[in-house]
Amino acid sequence: MPDTRNITLTVNGEPMAAQVETRVHLADFLRQDARLTGTHLGCEHGVCGSCTVIVDGEAVRSCLMLAVQADGKSVTTIEGLADEDGMHPVQRAFQDNHGLQCGFCTPGMVMTLTAYLGENGEPDDRDIREAISGNMCRCTGYQGIVAAGLQAAEELRGGI
Amino acid sequence: MNRYVGAEVLRSEDPRLLTGHGRYIDDIVLPDMVHAVFVRAEYAHARVTAIDAAEARTLPGVHAVLTLAELGEPYAEKLMVQPYPSPAFAQDIRSYPLAKDEVCYVGEPIAVVVADTRHIAEDAADLVEVHYEELPAIVDCRQALEADAPTAHLDTPDNLAGSLAVGFGDVEEAFENAPHVFAEEFLQHRGGAHSMECRGVIARDQPHDEGLTIYSSTQAPYLVRATVARYLEDDESRVRVIAPDVGGGFGPKAGVYPEEIVIPLAARILKRPVKWVEDRREHFIATNQQGDQLWSLEVAAEDDGTIRGVRGHVISDTGAYTSYGLVLAITSLFPLPGPYAIAALDVKLDVVFTNTPTKSPVRGAGRPDAAYAMERMIERVARELELDPAELRARNFVPSDQFPYQPGHKTAQGSPVTYDSGDFHGCLDKVKEIADYDNFKSRQAAARLDGRYLGIGVSAYIEDTGMGPYEGATVRVQPSGKVQIQAGTASQGQGHATVFAQVVADQLGVGIDDVVYQSADTAMFPLGVGTVASRTVVAASTAIFNAADEVRQKAVALAADLLEAAEADLELADGTVFVKGSPTASVGLGELARQLTPFNTQAVPEGFTPGLEATSYNVTKGPPTASGSHIAELEVDIDTGAVTLLKYSVAHDCGRMLNPQLVEGQVLGGVVHGLGNALYERMYYDEVGQPQSTNYGEYFLPLAAEMPPIEIVHLETLSPLNPLGVKGAGEGGTIPAANAVIAAIENALAPFGIVVNDYPVDPQRICELLDQASVPSPAGDPG
Amino acid sequence: MKPAPFTYHDPTTVSELVSLLGSLEDARLLAGGQSLMAMLNLRLAQPEHLVDLNTVAGMDGIEASATGLRVGSMVRQATLLKNAGPNTGIPVVGEALRWVGHFQTRTRGTIGGSLSHLDPAAELPAVSLLHDAELTVEGPQGVRRVPMREWPRGYMTPNVGEHEVLTSIEFRYWDEPHGYAFEEFARRHGDFALVAVGALLAVSDGVITRAAVAIAGATPTPARLDEAEKALVGQAARPDTFRSAANIVRQREAMSDAYTDARYRQRLAGVLTERVLMKAASRAAETEEDR
Repeated sequence: MPDTRNITLTVNGEPMAAQVETRVHLADFLRQDARLTGTHLGCEHGVCGSCTVIVDGEAVRSCLMLAVQADGKSVTTIEGLADEDGMHPVQRAFQDNHGLQCGFCTPGMVMTLTAYLGENGEPDDRDIREAISGNMCRCTGYQGIVAAGLQAAEELRGGI
Repeated sequence: MNRYVGAEVLRSEDPRLLTGHGRYIDDIVLPDMVHAVFVRAEYAHARVTAIDAAEARTLPGVHAVLTLAELGEPYAEKLMVQPYPSPAFAQDIRSYPLAKDEVCYVGEPIAVVVADTRHIAEDAADLVEVHYEELPAIVDCRQALEADAPTAHLDTPDNLAGSLAVGFGDVEEAFENAPHVFAEEFLQHRGGAHSMECRGVIARDQPHDEGLTIYSSTQAPYLVRATVARYLEDDESRVRVIAPDVGGGFGPKAGVYPEEIVIPLAARILKRPVKWVEDRREHFIATNQQGDQLWSLEVAAEDDGTIRGVRGHVISDTGAYTSYGLVLAITSLFPLPGPYAIAALDVKLDVVFTNTPTKSPVRGAGRPDAAYAMERMIERVARELELDPAELRARNFVPSDQFPYQPGHKTAQGSPVTYDSGDFHGCLDKVKEIADYDNFKSRQAAARLDGRYLGIGVSAYIEDTGMGPYEGATVRVQPSGKVQIQAGTASQGQGHATVFAQVVADQLGVGIDDVVYQSADTAMFPLGVGTVASRTVVAASTAIFNAADEVRQKAVALAADLLEAAEADLELADGTVFVKGSPTASVGLGELARQLTPFNTQAVPEGFTPGLEATSYNVTKGPPTASGSHIAELEVDIDTGAVTLLKYSVAHDCGRMLNPQLVEGQVLGGVVHGLGNALYERMYYDEVGQPQSTNYGEYFLPLAAEMPPIEIVHLETLSPLNPLGVKGAGEGGTIPAANAVIAAIENALAPFGIVVNDYPVDPQRICELLDQASVPSPAGDPG
Repeated sequence: MKPAPFTYHDPTTVSELVSLLGSLEDARLLAGGQSLMAMLNLRLAQPEHLVDLNTVAGMDGIEASATGLRVGSMVRQATLLKNAGPNTGIPVVGEALRWVGHFQTRTRGTIGGSLSHLDPAAELPAVSLLHDAELTVEGPQGVRRVPMREWPRGYMTPNVGEHEVLTSIEFRYWDEPHGYAFEEFARRHGDFALVAVGALLAVSDGVITRAAVAIAGATPTPARLDEAEKALVGQAARPDTFRSAANIVRQREAMSDAYTDARYRQRLAGVLTERVLMKAASRAAETEEDR
C-alpha cells in the first residue's frame, strides 16, 4: 500500500486539499494534482532551476521538496503571477526584452527573479546574473533575461 | 510596405509561455493514458543473455514489460530505418528498437515498462533483471582504427563506419613549393544538446478511427511520421505526428529514436495511450550528442601568410550507431575552407564506431568543428610568422567583390559549393571596432605590469544555411478577416510564429495580431522537412511570402471586380483592399474570403477558384551563406588557471533580418553555447565506457554569472537566392566561438609559449600547460 | 527520476524524534533536502523510512551568549547568513555562506544538513572548524557534545550514530579582535568548491598572536591546518609569512577524482591559503585601527 498523507495548502491564493503519496515531490504535485503544468522539470536533481516556485514568500526548487512538506504553506506558481490587470512586471519585462525563446526554463527564471526582486530592489547587472546563476537556460544566452530583470526592478521601484 | 519585417516585433508566443500556459510533451494528459519507463543497458558493450521481468510484471499497477520479442513480428527482426543513406558508408549499423542480444552503449534501451504512474514504472524497472556477458569496449575514437582495437559491435571486421573526403586544387604543388609548412593535431570535443526540456513521446492508437497519433518533442515531425510509418508498415495517412511546444532542440531532437517506435507499439499492444518522458540522466546517455573529433592538419603558407593549401585527416566518432547517417561528419568537413580563398584543400575523414551514445549534430552541427580546424591553422601561421591574427585573416578572406564565390569543391549532393554573398572584411572591421581591438595591446601591456594576463582572440566563419530540400505553407484568409498560415515547419523557440506573421502581415496589409501561425502537425499541413541547420526562416519564408503574394493577387483581382476598379489602383491596408485615394471604396479581406467560400445557395464568383488562400512550396536554391567574425577578450589567472571572460564581440551577417531582436537572441544563445563548448562541456567516460558525468553537478553548462557582456553588430548582405534576401541565423553565434576563446587564452599566455589546441579547456589543464612550460608556480611548488 | 517508496514520518518534538529514531532501521533524516532529495530522486538513496526534521519544533533557534552563537541544526542557510554579517562575531561564516549554493537552495538548506552530509567540499564544516564549534547530538542514549574537530570520522561520515541526530551547533567567538577571510575556487558561481580555505587571524603590533586556518575540498574530510597555524603564530603578519604557510599547505596530500587531480588541488590549496591570509591580515589591521 502506498504511503499517503492528507495535506491542505494554498496554491495561487486558492485553498487546496489532497491526498498525496509521500514520495511525490512538490513539482509533480503541482503539475498533476493541481494541474498547473507551468512549473517544469528540467533535471530533477536541483540544479537547473526550471522547477522554481515560491513557498511562503521564498524561492524554492520544487523538485527538492516533498508535496507533504507543503502542508499548511502558501505556494505561488507561474500561473499565479499575473492578475486581472495583466502580466506581472517581471513577465512583461521578459517579453519586452526577448528573455525567452523556447519558454521551458522561463517559469523558473520568472519566479526566481520575482522572489529575488522582492528582497533586493536595486540590483545591477552583476546582481541579476548571480541571482539567476542557479537557473539554466540553453536558448537565450541570458543577456535578455538580465535585461528583463533590470527593467522589472526599475518598474517595481516605480521608475517606469 | 514593410511595417513589420525588419522591425522589433514582440513575440506572440510569449504571453502564453510567460503565464505558464505552454503545452510541452509532459503537460499533455490523454484519457486512459499510462506511463512508460525504459530499462537501459548498464554496460557499454555486452551480450544480453537473459531478461527476467517476472517480478516486475507482478507489481501492482504494472501493465506490461515488453522486450524486443514481445513487440511482435516483424519488429523483433527489424532494424531501425536509416534516415540518411549515403554512398560513403563502409558499415551502416543501426539498432533494433529494443536490444536484441547485444548492447553497444550504456543507456541503450532493452525493455519498456508500462504502468499506471511513472513512479510505479520506475519501481518495476528496478525489478527487471538483465543478465549480461560483458564484452570488450572501444571508448576512445583515436584508438578505434588500431589493429587490435575491440570492435564496438560483435561480428564486424573493424570500427570503420564510413570515409569522406573534401578537396580541390593541386595540394601536392601547394605544399611542395611552400616556404612554410606547419602541422597541428588537436582534439575537439563538443557535448550534448541539453535542451532544458528532455525528449518525450506520447502515442495513441485508434485503429478503427484516426489511426496512430504520436506526440513527440521533435524538431522533425514529418521525418518521424515517414520513418515510423515505414517501420510499422502503416500508411502515412494513418500516422499523425504532432510536435507540441518543444523546449529546445538544438539538433538531437531531429533524429528518430527507438522510443518513437516502441511507444507507439506499446500503445498499439496495450490499446491505450502511452506516455514516455525522458529524464535528465537519460538525456545524458541515450540522446544523440556530439563527441570527439581528432584533427591532424598541415597548412602551407607563403612568407606573408597567404595560405596555399590545407591537407590532413580527421577521425570522427559516431558512437555506437549510425542512426543519424554520416551527417555530423559531412557537416564537419564540407564547410572547409571557411571564409578563406585558398588554392588547394585535401582533407579526409574517417567515421568510427565507439561504445558510447550515438553522435549527431548539436547546435552548429559540425560547422563549429570545421571552423575551429581552419581557425587553428590560421592561428598557427600567425604565431609562426608573427603576424597579427586579424590581419592574417583579412589577407586570406574571399574579397567582397568575388561573390558568388566557389571555393572549388562540391557538396555531398554533387553541386559546387557556392557562397552567395558576404562581406567578410566588413564583418572583421566592424567587430574589431566594437571590440576596441586596435587598443588591446596597450590594455594587455598595462595589465602585465600588474601581473595580470589579458588575452584577445579572433575567429571567423561561414555557415551554409537554409539547406533544402524544401518547405511549404498555405496562407488563408478567414471570413473573419484573420489570416491563417499553415506550414510544415516546427519551432523550438525560434519565434517562427512571430516572424512569419510579420511577413504575411506586411504582404496582406493586416495587423500582426490578426495573423495566426500553425505548424508542427502532419495533419495540418501535408509535407515538411524539419528544423535543423539554421534552415527554417530561409526555406519557409519564401514559401510563405509566395503564398501570401498569391493571396494578395487574388484578393486584388476579386476586389477589382467588386469595386469596378483597375487592379493597379488598389492597395491593401488595415485588412481591406481599397482604391488609392478613395479609402471608402473598399472591401474587407474577410468579406472577400466569404465571397470565395459560398454555401449551397450561392456561387463562386465567376473566374475564381474557391477560397482566399494559396499554397506554395519552396524548393530551396542555395544555400545562402551567413558569415561573421567574433572577438573574445579574457583574463587568465596564472595561479589558478581560471579564465574570466571580459567581453565578447560579434559581427554577424545573416542577410536581411526579419526581426532583429529575434536574430540577436539566436546569436546570443549560440555564443553562450560556444563558450560552454570551449570552457566547460565534456562528457567523461571511464575506460570501459561507463559515462561518469551524467548530472549537472558534473557536466557544466554555461551559466549567467560567468558570461561576459556580448555586443553584436549586424551586417546585412542580402542573399540573391530568395525574395526576402534572408539567410539563416540559428547557429552563427556558436560556430566560431571556440577558437575565439582558445586563441584568447593562448594570446594571454603567449609570454610562456603556451598552445592549448584541445577543447574544452579547464583551469586544471591550463595549470598543467603552465607547469610544462616551467612557469614559476605560486605558493611553493612541491616540485 | 522518482524516489523509491518510503514511509514518511513527521515528528513534532525533539523527544518524539529521538524515540522515533531509536525505533527505526534504515531511516534517513530529511533536513533542507537540497542534497538528500536529489539523491532520492536519482534513487541513489532508497531508505525505508524518511524522517522529516522540518516538522520538529525547537531546532531552528539562534541564541547568542557572551562566548558564542548557538544555532539550531535546522536553521536555514539564508537565516544564518543574515545572522553572520561583518558586524557579528562570526563574519567568516557569512562570507562562506555566499559561496554556498544559490539563493534558492539557501532558503531550504540547513546548517545541520550541511554538517551531517559532510561533503568534502562543503563550506560550513570548514568554518565550523575555524570557530571550534561544539556540536550537540541527541539520541536514545542521551545528549553528547562533540567538538567539531571530532565530527568528521571519514569521507561523508560524521560522528553521529544511526539513531542520533545533530540538534545544535555552537560557534565559539574569538575574544580578541581579529581579521577573517574565506575564499573558494569553483568552476562557476555556486558550484561545489574544488578547494576552499578560511582563516581567522589575530594580529597585535604586527605580530600574529592567534591563527585558525581550515580547508575544504582537498581531502575526504575538512581539516584545520595545524601545521600552517603553528608556522603563523608568533610571526610577523607579512606576505613572506603567508607564503611560508601556503607552502606548508601546498605540501599536504590531496585527493584525486575523475575530474581533478591531487596536484591541482594542492596548487589551489596553496594559492587560496596565501590569498585568504593576506585578506584576513588586512582586515585584522583595520580592526586594530578602529580601536
